[in-house]
Amino acid sequence: MRKTKTKVNSYQVKGDLNIYTVASVKEELMPIVNTSMITEIDLSSVQEMDSAGLQLLVLAKRESLAKNAELRLVGHTPAVLDVLDICDMAGYFGDPVVISSK
Amino acid sequence: MNLDQALQTFFAEAHELLQVMEDTLLKLEGADQAQLSDDINAIFRAAHTIKGSAGLFGLDDVVSFTHGLESVLDRLRNGKIEVSDDLVVLLLGCKDQVSKLIDAQEGGEILSAQNKEEGEHLQLRLHAYMEENPQPAPSKILPMVPANRAQVEVSEKGEEIIDSDNWHISLKFGRDVFRTGMDPTSFFRYMNTIGEIIKIRTFIEEIPAAADMDPESCYLSYAINFRCSANKEAIESIFEFVQKDCQIHILPPHSSVKNFLFFIEGLAGDDLRIGEILVQCGSLTQRELNKLLEYQEMARLGATGSPEANKPIGVLAVDHGFVQPVVMDAALDQQDKNRKAKIKQQQLVRVDAEKLDHLINLIGELVIAGAGIEMEVRRSKLASMSEASLIMSRMIEEVRDGALKLRMVQIGDTFNRFNRVVRDVSMEIGKEIHLHITGGETELDKTVVEQIGDPLTHLIRNSMDHGIESPEVRVQRGKPAAGLVRLNAYHESGSIVIEVLDDGAGLDREKILRKAIEKGLVTADQSLSDQEVYKLIFEAGFSTAEQVSNLSGRGVGMDVVRRNIEALRGSIELDSTLGVGTTTRIRLPLTLAIIDGFLMGVGSSSYVVPLEMVVECIELPETNDESSDGRNFINLRGEVLPFIRLREQFHESGKAGKRENIVVVQYGSRKAGLIVDALLGEFQTVIKPLGTLFGNLKGISGSTILGSGDVALILDAPALIQRAINQESKTSGVEVRH
Repeated sequence: MRKTKTKVNSYQVKGDLNIYTVASVKEELMPIVNTSMITEIDLSSVQEMDSAGLQLLVLAKRESLAKNAELRLVGHTPAVLDVLDICDMAGYFGDPVVISSK
Repeated sequence: MNLDQALQTFFAEAHELLQVMEDTLLKLEGADQAQLSDDINAIFRAAHTIKGSAGLFGLDDVVSFTHGLESVLDRLRNGKIEVSDDLVVLLLGCKDQVSKLIDAQEGGEILSAQNKEEGEHLQLRLHAYMEENPQPAPSKILPMVPANRAQVEVSEKGEEIIDSDNWHISLKFGRDVFRTGMDPTSFFRYMNTIGEIIKIRTFIEEIPAAADMDPESCYLSYAINFRCSANKEAIESIFEFVQKDCQIHILPPHSSVKNFLFFIEGLAGDDLRIGEILVQCGSLTQRELNKLLEYQEMARLGATGSPEANKPIGVLAVDHGFVQPVVMDAALDQQDKNRKAKIKQQQLVRVDAEKLDHLINLIGELVIAGAGIEMEVRRSKLASMSEASLIMSRMIEEVRDGALKLRMVQIGDTFNRFNRVVRDVSMEIGKEIHLHITGGETELDKTVVEQIGDPLTHLIRNSMDHGIESPEVRVQRGKPAAGLVRLNAYHESGSIVIEVLDDGAGLDREKILRKAIEKGLVTADQSLSDQEVYKLIFEAGFSTAEQVSNLSGRGVGMDVVRRNIEALRGSIELDSTLGVGTTTRIRLPLTLAIIDGFLMGVGSSSYVVPLEMVVECIELPETNDESSDGRNFINLRGEVLPFIRLREQFHESGKAGKRENIVVVQYGSRKAGLIVDALLGEFQTVIKPLGTLFGNLKGISGSTILGSGDVALILDAPALIQRAINQESKTSGVEVRH
């Protein structure tokens, strides 16, 4: 495989990812997604996430996939994992997550 | 995917699941309410998974039998029937039957007529539990008779019953649902509290392009396969708050084909997608989907009369390229349903035992080669090289430990098998006996685990039959009426100890002795310790049972047990208190391949004992040597320590060196000294078994190859210790405690 150094653009979600924050997060996130080949979304400070948050992540992922770019979710908190799990969407994002033993 | 391989995996998985089923069934009776529902769920899941996977491979026998079983389990789960002794017995029987069916498939055999009959009998009995079924037309839902399901025809009216046990719910939320403070995930969480979401699929296709997308609007819709005992109203009421601006379709379990067809036609134009989704969600089976599509096609044909022209793309796709994706999806669906099992499987890799053995052999050779290099390096006196070799030998040691650990399995699974044995036997002999298992997490070599099953079965049966008294006698003696057999395992100085304990009558020393004299095993004037007397019961043809039962008392068995254990380089001992109980202790080596050894030199030969057995090494005091001449013991810090001179034992030539050493070895509670010339230190020992020719050699358990290429003998320490003690007590008459 050819090794190229592609810049990873990181975006940290500050605070929660829910109906109250999705509008502003979208404003900030989408320009990054649109201009990067690799976007890394750091979710480590997300204490609360709902379907609106999930929908936004799906949008970002889909936009990335559409232009062959990469989108990585990192720092999954239990709240994020819970939503991904209950909607069975972890496979869609395909990020390595730690499966908690319930 | 190689189907054969997948099938093998299915067989292995099915056996595991059946084991889980059996274990859980046996727990049912004693379980409290909270535990009970978990257990029943576990049993149901096991049956369900077996049925599903068997269906995937077209094992119709298994599917049809398991289906009946599953239906009864479902009723049990929903509280429509109660757990009873009779039911547990029946379910255990069914489990055995499934096991037989799978065995037959595995061996490519046809089930014997007798087994078939048993199966039908079980089906009938299962049917009895379905009888007071309040659901309408149960016979339609549950083909109890092993019907060839492929032959069921779709009637013109489309009233065939879909044999899915779950609700299918499709949800399309209104755009404003987020703004009104609703979160779909909270519905799902709630649903999981009243039932179980088997499979959920989130549709994201409706999310518009980023520029047009309002993050506060909801574009998501969901298809859910939901298992729940509530009725439709109750399920609808979950969505009460969002009903107004939300499209909800709830299809009950066992919906008729017509409903599904309506659903397909009503919801979307793309039949293929929806069909696929339904299959994926497990609401429809692949067969039913094909039927549906056929039916639809037929309707269209009838309506227009010009077949090709009116066929939508979706149907054409079914005709030509549909089969492949559906097979794939059905497989995927199966994976999802068994998500829990799969997660477990992902953490585990199945490896052919042969490959593992090969690896261990290679590592054995590597250890020997490494020892050779180490010796050469030491001789060369090159500092840099000796450093490198040191690192290498450390790595080899780690690789060796790692490889050996691969072979280690927990003994718990083997132990759990005995729940069934104890249950069956206690019914057979009419004593109430419980089994208590501890130390199940203790690990030991797979080969040993496999071979320990039979001897353990025998010991447990023996305990139950001979050891534990009948309830009346027990009550008379002031014991609880129910007997207790305990299985325990733990590690101790390089071996694993497995204990079978019972709280029965204990061994009667006088009775055993009398019998032994009668059989000519010992003479009346021999003075024997308790241990020695107890050991007599392991002699061939020895049985003191007054009543010969089906299980034991025929005098074969205990000596077979002893031989089996000894073949594993293990030993067996008995502890008993009359009237209180008996403990049988089996001591086995942890591994059969490579051990940490302690190398000793006598004359020109080398000997190895397992390092774990070595307690300490001391110099043999010269004075002691003279004063104890002819006597084979020394005073070790106030303790009598019998010893053996390896030089004499193995007829080594040459004279003893000036300084001799005692290596104190311990096995169980016994200690003895081995007198050697030189202590050569720790040595990784690859055990090479002695051929059958040397099978009878006393005191030697195997051989190994040293770095120099020379052969060293591995001492059978337990036998030597025993010999030292015997010799000691014979010559000196001093009572040695053990």
